[in-house]
Amino acid sequence: MTLEILTPEKKLFSGEVYGVQLPGIDGLFEVLEKHASLVSALGKGTLKVLKTKNEFSEFYIQSGFVEVLHNKASVLVEGAVAKD
Amino acid sequence: MAGQLKEVRNRIKSIQNTQQITKAMKMVSAAKLRRAQDAIIQMRPYAQKLQEMLSNIVSNLEGDLSINLAEERHVEKVLIIAITSDRGLAGAYNANVIKLTKSVIAEKYAAQNKAGNVTIWNIGKKGWESLTKAGYKTSDAYKDIFLNLKFETVQDVATAAVKAFEKKEFDAVEIVYSEFKNAATQRFMVEQFLPIPKVEKKEGVKKADFIFEPAKDQLIAELMPKILNTQLYKAVLDANASEHGARMTAMDKASDNANELLKSLKISYNRARQAAITTELTEIVSGAAALQG
Repeated sequence: MTLEILTPEKKLFSGEVYGVQLPGIDGLFEVLEKHASLVSALGKGTLKVLKTKNEFSEFYIQSGFVEVLHNKASVLVEGAVAKD
Repeated sequence: MAGQLKEVRNRIKSIQNTQQITKAMKMVSAAKLRRAQDAIIQMRPYAQKLQEMLSNIVSNLEGDLSINLAEERHVEKVLIIAITSDRGLAGAYNANVIKLTKSVIAEKYAAQNKAGNVTIWNIGKKGWESLTKAGYKTSDAYKDIFLNLKFETVQDVATAAVKAFEKKEFDAVEIVYSEFKNAATQRFMVEQFLPIPKVEKKEGVKKADFIFEPAKDQLIAELMPKILNTQLYKAVLDANASEHGARMTAMDKASDNANELLKSLKISYNRARQAAITTELTEIVSGAAALQG
């Protein structure tokens, strides 16, 4: 699936991934290949980009939204900081 | 004669110095303009996606939506956010924003102004100085955000405005700023910030079967402040790019003018020099002629 992470200041990430783990306001959830269409609000927490099944990178986020449509996830976040 | 020559020479030198400064300022502005334009381009996808999401939700909504930030009240108290720059020497840029602010108050909110119910939040030092001097009710709380232009700082302003609107401290909020067209043109405009203009449902959009989490109206309530944040952030970025564009054009004109001045001064310098030489020659020749008798 394709993942795109956008912030008001720049495009943070864009590319093919295995999945993405998101801090929804009602709890953590994961979006994988061929997920159903979804719009959700995100809360404070860690966003985990799964590049492959075992390889990932993480971002701290303050708040945001995710939209999943046609196997493409667009994440809009504010106050994202890369975690290393 | 020699005195006049020196005078012209001095003027030429001083104009050359000024020209060097205006040329340098133009270069600096050009570099800053490029960075400011980049920032606008960078934020565009975010803003577009946000709008898209909103219209997606609204189109999937059955019945009308009610957003308390879109509530139209009888306008008694008005807030105007005026965005100018911190520095001058940008042609008529700041003057135009200030003029537009004044004319909005005079035309649209004359009654409210008479009752002392028009407040101006200034972003940028120049506008604050001028509008405070003109006797408007101004606030310098957010004057300095250009010193450190970041989304978070702009967000604070938007959040404060939204809070004040919710508490009914203001019934309408407008932004006065200049939209960036290109380096040479700015469009000075007034934009309604609050209440939010109505979101139209898109007809004929295929209803995608979305899972909404949380419920749609709650999502919209979360989405709205974000959209307002981005709207103000866009205005600030536009204003920033406009400022540098305006300064670049102004400095370019100034350098051209200096060139013209230099040209005409050089002509008069050469003329004066030639006149001095001719006089000297005449003196020598006539002196020699007198000696020969």
